[in-house]
Amino acid sequence: MTKVITDVICPFCGTLCDDVEVTVSDDGKKLLEVANACVIGTEKFLHSQSSDRVTKPRLRQEDGSWKDISYEEAADYTAKLLAKARKPLMYGWSSTNCEAQCVGNEIAEVAKACCDNTAAVCHGTTLIAVQDIGLPSCTLGEVKNRADRIIFWGCNPAHAHPRHMSRYSIFPRGFFTGKGQMSRKLVVVDPRCTDTAKMADVHLQIEQGRDYELLDAFRVALKGEWLPDVVAGIHAEKIREVADILKSGRFGIIFFGMGVTQSLSKNHNIDAAIALTKDLNEHTKYSIMPMRGHYNVTGSGEVFAWQFGFPYSVDLTRGFARYNPGDSSSIDLLLRGEIDAMFTIGSDPGAHFPISAVKQIAKVDSVCIDPHMTPTSGVSKLHVPVAFNGVETGGNCYRMDNVPIDCRKVVEPPEGMKTDLEFLTMVCDRLKKLKGVA
Amino acid sequence: MANSISVNLISGRTIQQGVAIESGKEKPSYRTACGIIEMDPSDLKTLGAWKNTNVKVTTDYGSVIVKVIEATQGPHPGVAFIPMGPWANSVVSNNTYSTGMPTFKGTPAKVEIAMNEPVLLGIELVQRQCGVKVG
Repeated sequence: MTKVITDVICPFCGTLCDDVEVTVSDDGKKLLEVANACVIGTEKFLHSQSSDRVTKPRLRQEDGSWKDISYEEAADYTAKLLAKARKPLMYGWSSTNCEAQCVGNEIAEVAKACCDNTAAVCHGTTLIAVQDIGLPSCTLGEVKNRADRIIFWGCNPAHAHPRHMSRYSIFPRGFFTGKGQMSRKLVVVDPRCTDTAKMADVHLQIEQGRDYELLDAFRVALKGEWLPDVVAGIHAEKIREVADILKSGRFGIIFFGMGVTQSLSKNHNIDAAIALTKDLNEHTKYSIMPMRGHYNVTGSGEVFAWQFGFPYSVDLTRGFARYNPGDSSSIDLLLRGEIDAMFTIGSDPGAHFPISAVKQIAKVDSVCIDPHMTPTSGVSKLHVPVAFNGVETGGNCYRMDNVPIDCRKVVEPPEGMKTDLEFLTMVCDRLKKLKGVA
Repeated sequence: MANSISVNLISGRTIQQGVAIESGKEKPSYRTACGIIEMDPSDLKTLGAWKNTNVKVTTDYGSVIVKVIEATQGPHPGVAFIPMGPWANSVVSNNTYSTGMPTFKGTPAKVEIAMNEPVLLGIELVQRQCGVKVG
């Protein structure tokens, strides 16, 4: 007999869908089927069952081959690497739970490391903007029940957050949005005619990288002031028409993504988006929310913030926490060649950092803690496979609207495999002994 | 028809990229999903490239061989799209302008036909560029 586990949390994107149903074998060792998740979430659950999975830590040898070692040896290697390094970088944390992040931060304090999470390549600039001028935000439940004006600016949830629109933002029938999609107006701003844009009431095909101008143009239009004929490729009449749509709603929400955080102007784009939200609040109720992409990246920011005071790019090398993006941020540290050891967990900088930064990772001693084989494990000296978070181990994580949710363990990991919390605890104990810390 | 064409290169997620990273980055399906460049049909015509031809993308930050396909979320003349992954990151701008964030979107790029050059697998591409010895 198989059993069905309901209300499972999907550990792929920041939407953290909590209605997934997973069928497992009677002994709880095999995951058989996944229902309700999107195609990416389903793949994440099913890949944990693949037969070609790496199940033992592997150390790269002189000739480039891998040698299997025990978790104890891997923990020894990692602790020694961190103890020896003058400026180690501990990066990632987004595919792991808050409990493991806490132990990781303890290790970072003892090792006097630089710590960063994947916000470095996704919403780091958003965090800078939030520190600049604040963030009037809300929960996704409020969006579902109240929002009748939805703006997707520089994001493509049809591809990146596949169930966001059906669970929260466009299709669901909420308390004050009883007609679902019919209750809402959808505006999409994107330089491509994305699959999200194809569903929109209005698609503004902006010139790439001109978000700041268009956001400011909306602020001007809301104030009824003069506009040039064309701003960022959009005609002034269209801007005024959309401004009227935006202010005619009862509750609006601006979701924004990599289109604004990764284009030139970066944090200033988001400053302008938040300022637009503030201006719209003079007409009706508006909120703004970053489309956090990576499972528990929000949780990592929270844990960093409550333990170190800053949400990413934390430098502990002087024995206290410093925060200075551009100086203490991963990419800049790597590009300047300041890092002498790399510790990666729950992320893949090898695939998602510019290659010039990855080349620096390959030059130094490195550990990659990840269930998958990745470009990062491909350039690291030690690869430590661990149980899949949210599938083979539970733990706390944060949704994109900062709501904490407990993930569920649905299946047993392969025999003998450690969770990242267990492995980090082993490393922490060893490092403390090496450093003579009680 | 030209030997090469200048485009504004952007990168981002696609659902195929999401599935491929979760099903194994060592597999050819990752290359199929992300070792591509999406170009507007008008730009393809200017370049004189058939769909599914291998092309070389070159920027100030590097070069990479990918397969050109017709824009799936177009039209977007002048803009080219490589899904996020090691192929895009071989050529994107690494300038963070003191924010910590590289400029993944908006890198001026040159695209030229490279019919006989292979598109490498994801891990292999990174290892080769980093000079990692593989046993």
